[in-house]
Order: sequence, then C-alpha cells, then structure tokens
Amino acid sequence: MLAASFADFMQQVVAGLASGGIFALLALALVIIHRSTGVINFAQGEMAMLSTYVAWALITHHGWRYWPAFVAALGFSFVFGVVTHRVVIRPVERGNLLRVVIVTIGLLIGINGFVIWQWSGEPRQIQSPFGSDIVNIGGVAISVQDIGTIAVALGMVVLLWLLFQFTKVGLALRAVAVNPEEARLVGVRVTWMLALGWGLAATLGAVAGLMTAPSVGLDPNLMQATLIYAFAAAVLGGIDSPLGAVVGGLLLGVGLNMLSYLSQYELFDWFTEELRLPTALLIILVVLLVRPSGLFGHAEVKRV
Amino acid sequence: MTTLLELDSLEARYGPVQALRGVSLTVTEGEVVAVLGANGAGKTTTLRAISGTVQRSGHIDFAGQQLKGGPEAAARAGIAHVPEGRGTFVELTVLENLKLGAYVRRARTVKEDVRRVSEYFPWLVDRGGQRAGTLSGGEQQMLALARALMSRPRLLLLDEPSLGLAPMIVREFFRTVRRLNEEEGLTVLVVEQDARIALASSNRAYVLEVGRVALTGSSSELQGDESVRRSYLGY
Repeated sequence: MLAASFADFMQQVVAGLASGGIFALLALALVIIHRSTGVINFAQGEMAMLSTYVAWALITHHGWRYWPAFVAALGFSFVFGVVTHRVVIRPVERGNLLRVVIVTIGLLIGINGFVIWQWSGEPRQIQSPFGSDIVNIGGVAISVQDIGTIAVALGMVVLLWLLFQFTKVGLALRAVAVNPEEARLVGVRVTWMLALGWGLAATLGAVAGLMTAPSVGLDPNLMQATLIYAFAAAVLGGIDSPLGAVVGGLLLGVGLNMLSYLSQYELFDWFTEELRLPTALLIILVVLLVRPSGLFGHAEVKRV
Repeated sequence: MTTLLELDSLEARYGPVQALRGVSLTVTEGEVVAVLGANGAGKTTTLRAISGTVQRSGHIDFAGQQLKGGPEAAARAGIAHVPEGRGTFVELTVLENLKLGAYVRRARTVKEDVRRVSEYFPWLVDRGGQRAGTLSGGEQQMLALARALMSRPRLLLLDEPSLGLAPMIVREFFRTVRRLNEEEGLTVLVVEQDARIALASSNRAYVLEVGRVALTGSSSELQGDESVRRSYLGY
C-alpha cells in the first residue's frame, strides 16, 4: 500500500515538473518582456497559440513531420514577436504604460479572432512528438511525454541562460533591461534590443504551446489557463527575475499536482481539478500582498 | 592641431523649456576643455545635446563630419559620454560594465583593452566579478571612466564627475583624467560645478550663463579673472 502510494506520489511529481516546465517557459516570456518593456504582455498566450496553429497547419496541411514544424513555428514566432514590437508596441511605448497594456489586450483579442477565422474554433489534434509510451523507472510509471517536455523546457532555459550570460547580444539585452538610457550611451541600439526581447519571448511561448497541445488538444483557448499559471509563476518567483520564473513555474506545477495527490485523503478531498486555476489566482493575490517582489525579485528601490 | 568638435549656435530644449540658446564652442584634439556655470546654465544640456540625448538644433561637427542622430550614433562616431551621477550598470558586474563600454567595437580586442584600462585602475582587476552597485561612489565613478575608455573614444564627455564625492577622490579622478590626456592624448570636454579643480585640470574653459557662452579663455586666464573668481571660485 505504502509502496504503491509512493510510486503514485513520484508520478505526480514528474507530471508536475512537466506542466511546471511549460508554466516556466511562458513565465520566462512574461518576465523578459516585463523587464524590458515594463508591462505584462497579455497576448503572450495567444501568440503561443498562434504559433502552435502554424505548426499544426504545417503538419496537417503540408505533411511536415513534428520536429521540422516545431522549428519552423519557433522561427515564425520569433519573427512575429519582433514585428509585433516594431509595428504595434513601439509606437505606444513612450509615455503611459497603460497604453501598451491595452494594446496587448487588443492583440490578444485580435489573434484569437484571426485564428478562429482562419482555422475555425474546432478542437484539433497534434501528435505527441514523444509518443504515448509509459516507462517504468523504479516502480514509478512515467510517461515519455512528460520526460520529453521536461527535457525540452530545461533545454530552452539553458539555451536562454547561455545567450544572456555569455554573448555580446545577451549582455546588451540585460543592459537594456536594467538601464536603457545608459545602454544607448554606450552604443546599444535599444529599440532593436527590445524587439529582440519580444522575439525571444514569443519563441519561448511557442515552445510552451507546442508542448501543451499534444496532451490537451489544440483549440483557440489553448493557452488561456496556462497564461494564468505562468502569471502566477512569474509573480511567485519575482516578476523581474528569470530564475524566479523558472523556479516559480516548477513549484507551481509540482504544488498543484501535490494538491491533486493529497485529494485522495479525506482532509483534502475538497480539492478537485476545478480548483487548480483559482489556486493560481490565490497565489498571485497572496504573493502580491505578502511579498510583492516574489521569491527572487528585488524590492523596487526608487532613488529620489 | 585640428579641431575635433565644433558646436555652432547649438540650441536644445526640454519640451517648452529652452535650455541652450545658441552655444558655440570648439574642442581641439588633445585638449582638456572645461565648461563652467551655475545650476541651470546649460552645462549638462550641452553634453546631452552633443551625444543626442536631448532635442537639439544647430550644427555639430565632429572630426570633420556633421554629427547626426541619437546617442547610438554618437557612440559609434567615437564619443564616450559619462553621465552625471555614476553612469554604471549597477546590477551588472564590473567586467560586464567594461565589456559594454567596448560594445561598439570588435569583440576580439576586448581582453586587451581590459588590460590596458586596468593599468590606470589596477583595483579593477580583482573585482571584475563584483556587482558595480556594491562599489563605493568613488569606485563607481572610476568604473564609469574606465568603461568610457573601453570604447577607445576620440572624445570623452564628463558630466559633473565630482558630484557627491569626497575631495580626495575628486582630486584622484582629475589626476587620472590628466594622465590619460598626457599619456594617451585623450581629448576631454568636462562639465563641472567645482570650478577650482576644473580650471586646474584643463587647458581652456567656457563659462555658460542661461544657455549662452558668457566667457571663454585659457584656464589660467580665467583663474585670474575677477568675475570668475567672485562667481565661481568664491574668493
């Protein structure tokens, strides 16, 4: 009984890491844009959903295999992110940030409408690139899909870290995030760096979408719940901290699965699937009230 | 001696407020030129107009070419601007700050440049991994200077380097600037409240009053000038 229970527990942990990895990717996207542009991009989820549709269209209508379609969708999302910044964000970026927020909400509605117009709102299927096998590791049944998702998410995080930490363009991106005025003085083309940030964020989001769709099916609302989870993860980790976004995402993924696991016991039997999303919202509220800078964020210091 | 920088009737404004009302000024290659003046005279704005961080009109010639565009263009033309109040990236490390200084240049020579710059600031070497924000005010100002040197500038713009620093640190800072000028032929345009040290460290100076050049001459001349002494040197 106990052994079975432990296996069950570990299974939930692994599944939680997989969904947490997806939250982490989208949360990273939110953090990158918040650091550079200073707003939450409410269209981040819809941009990811659009890219996932692009991959689906390539696979379904043009006979592409999953991975080439995956790479093409990432390329598309990068360009889409850059163009979005240049065309719709940059013109409203100066001055009131509320204008940018409203534009991202407009973008959310626009992309959602476009996808329904183009591909209809019917649910679609994307085959899992990892198959549907279950492997047994030390008595714990783990789906290959989960392992693959964790690996891809981890790979993206490592790539991003390498880019930010060890390349000239990464250094410039960080410089722009912490002090754009100063960055311009040393010759960094700030507006292009911001656009690049939007491109990278869109790419991360696309990976999140492409990892989500095989297990839940593809429809225009694909990323709406994920965006809330990602927001909760980013707030939990600290909205300005890339590391926080990753840790926050994994904590949230595993934490929610722990609650599901515990619901088999009488004490927690009130916790049903329907409470997952409200739990994320509760986390946002509690973190903002108790520790607004999150786990890894810096408290905002204003120099007078 | 060739003219490196020439401002001709330069005007600049912050929205409706006109900060520069036609400033004309030249800097010759190899010179240290100081700009003095009271608060609000337009000293900082003059530098900001040169590097293109403020709306400007009039003519700027740099190294025989008209200077156009924003600060990115100025940096690429060879102008390094150390802004008021320790222009460092406090969240980045000392080494990262230096690397950003060389942003407009090829990456290949960056290591060599770090070594070259460290000769003037030996303490930088051991503290490359430290966050710039953890340095003292004086060290941050030195780092800002070191970072500016990383770009191998043809012209260095210094904005109020003495601000908020202890007198001893200020003297050390200006000593380093003089050394750079003498040993590397670095051309400097420095804006400074502390007229005494600015005049002592420069070849020539301009005195600004309400957005115009009120007075100009060699620094030794100005040190002896009655009105400068009374208004800016205070004795």
